[in-house]
Amino acid sequence: MKTLRPSKRELLQSALALLAVVASPFRARAQNTEGQSEEFQKLLLSLTQGVKLKEGKIQISMPRLADNGHSVPLKLSIDSPMSQEDHVKTLVILSPRNPRPLVAKMNFSPRNTKLNMATRVRLNGSQSLWVLAQMSDLTWYAKSAEVEVTESACLDAS
Amino acid sequence: MGARILIPPSPKAGDVIDIRILIQHPMETGFRHELSGSAVPKNVIRQLKLDFNGQLLLDAELGTGTAANPFLQFQTQLFESGWFTLSWVDDLGVEGTERVQCNTRAS
Repeated sequence: MKTLRPSKRELLQSALALLAVVASPFRARAQNTEGQSEEFQKLLLSLTQGVKLKEGKIQISMPRLADNGHSVPLKLSIDSPMSQEDHVKTLVILSPRNPRPLVAKMNFSPRNTKLNMATRVRLNGSQSLWVLAQMSDLTWYAKSAEVEVTESACLDAS
Repeated sequence: MGARILIPPSPKAGDVIDIRILIQHPMETGFRHELSGSAVPKNVIRQLKLDFNGQLLLDAELGTGTAANPFLQFQTQLFESGWFTLSWVDDLGVEGTERVQCNTRAS
C-alpha cells in the first residue's frame, strides 16, 4: 500500500534536486576568470586588451573525462552568420593550467561560411578549457568547459 | 614532414565542405627530456596557413597546447575548382607546403 509519507529514496532524490538548483548559479558563472593562473590572466589581457568577455555564441564539445592529456579531441562551433558585416575574426583556445596557456589562435574570414571546427589539444591536468572568439565588431565572447585529465601531458615519461 | 589535406572528392559548386588538415610533426613542448637527461628543445609549428586559389582561408598560430601531429578541421563554401595550398613553419625555421586540387561539379 502506498502511503503519503515520502520514502527515504524520494527524500534523498528531492534533496539532491534542490542541491542542483541551488548550485546552478555557481556553475553558470564559468566566464569568471578569477582563480585562474597568472600566466593565463596576462595572456587574456594581452589578447582582449581588457574588453569585457560576453557569454554565449560558443559551443564546446569535448569529453568530460580524458584518459590521456596528450591528445584530447575538441569540437567548437560558433553561432555567427559569417557575413561581411558579422563574422568571427579570431578564435583563441586557452588552457589555464598548461605552462604556456596558448593552445591555438586562428584567424577566420567570411570565406569560412560556417564556423564549425575541430582539433586536438594537449592538456596538463584537469582544468577548464577556454575558448575566446572575437567578432568583427571587436566584441569578445568566451566559454569554458571543464575537463578531467587522468594522465597529464606534461609529466616527463622518460 | 608529411602533411595531408583531406577534402570531399567532388563537391558540388556552392557546397559547404569540411576541410581536414593533418601534419606530421612532434610538436615538442620543450618540457620533455631525453633518456640521457638532455632537454628536448621546444619545436612547434608556430604558423600555419591555408589558402584556396590565393585567397586566405585560415591563418593559425599554434602553441605547445596543440597535440602532436596537429589536426584541424573547419569548413568553407566552395564556388569553383582550384587548389588548396597549405604552408607552415616551425620553431626551427623548417617550412613545409602541401597542395591538393579540388574539382567541383556543376549541380
